[in-house]
Amino acid sequence: MKNDTFKLGGKEFSSRFILGSGKYSLELIKAAVENAGAEIITLAVRRTNTKDTENILDYIPDNVTLLPNTSGARDAAEAVRIARMARELGCGNFVKIEIMKDGKYLLPDNVETVKATQILSDEGFVVLPYMYPDLYTARDLQRAGAAAVMPLASPIGSNKGLATKEFIQILIDEIDLPIIVDAGIGKPSQACEAMEMGAAAIMSNTAIATARDIPAMAGAFKDAINAGRRAYLAGLGRVLERGAEASDPLTGFLRD
Amino acid sequence: MIRINGEELELDQISLKEYLDGNGYDARRIAVECNETIVPKSQFDRFLLHAGDVVEIVSFVGGG
Repeated sequence: MKNDTFKLGGKEFSSRFILGSGKYSLELIKAAVENAGAEIITLAVRRTNTKDTENILDYIPDNVTLLPNTSGARDAAEAVRIARMARELGCGNFVKIEIMKDGKYLLPDNVETVKATQILSDEGFVVLPYMYPDLYTARDLQRAGAAAVMPLASPIGSNKGLATKEFIQILIDEIDLPIIVDAGIGKPSQACEAMEMGAAAIMSNTAIATARDIPAMAGAFKDAINAGRRAYLAGLGRVLERGAEASDPLTGFLRD
Repeated sequence: MIRINGEELELDQISLKEYLDGNGYDARRIAVECNETIVPKSQFDRFLLHAGDVVEIVSFVGGG
């Protein structure tokens, strides 16, 4: 496990847990990052009208890579604007593209996401697109220069788990990029399952932010993600179509 | 009138740096866009705001 790393944009990461920073207090971020063992944290970009001296960057440990998202973008052009502003904030060139037209289900617009991925990767960004798990879109994203693909497990913030499991598995099997399962993972067991399937990493925010004990839940996710990764590397045992197979010797019974 | 973060303000011929300093912004923590083009931090002091400009001032917040 020591050398089990994955790469994004030339950077090597050993933690496979990308932590969100939304919906909980700034004071808890440091403890959550530490318990999660996270090396990447997501952020949003918003208008700042206040003269607040409080800034989230003051609460994030220096060695953590920032992954700004483009939430609020309704099309590729808006996502590109937000990404450029995020880069101008001076914390690197990673960006998670998030483009939504629908306020009820918050589903990503795959077509606009491919367009934004092309533009931003041409501009030198390390692009991680959030997407609805569709094989053809994932191929388009790869061609457009994405550093990874981030399929949703279920609607954002729902904590409903791996509703798209079959389709995420197809991406893992067919796309030669890290597949980072994002959105909807609600429990450590679901994160573990996605890792057992061969996901490269898990991105989670709401499952942590809505837990009773936020830092403790971050730690529980870390353990589950590590367990799932180790199980994947170990190669899962097979499943019988039907019937049973004894684990014990079928000779030497105390009879005859 | 200059539109800053959606608000119409009576400003004219003021440098971006003057506006930001006057309103207590920490230049290290913000990014500024004027008429949909990024204004690099190195140009804040000589970048003049004009009537009709649309300015966005953003920073990082928590997000997923």
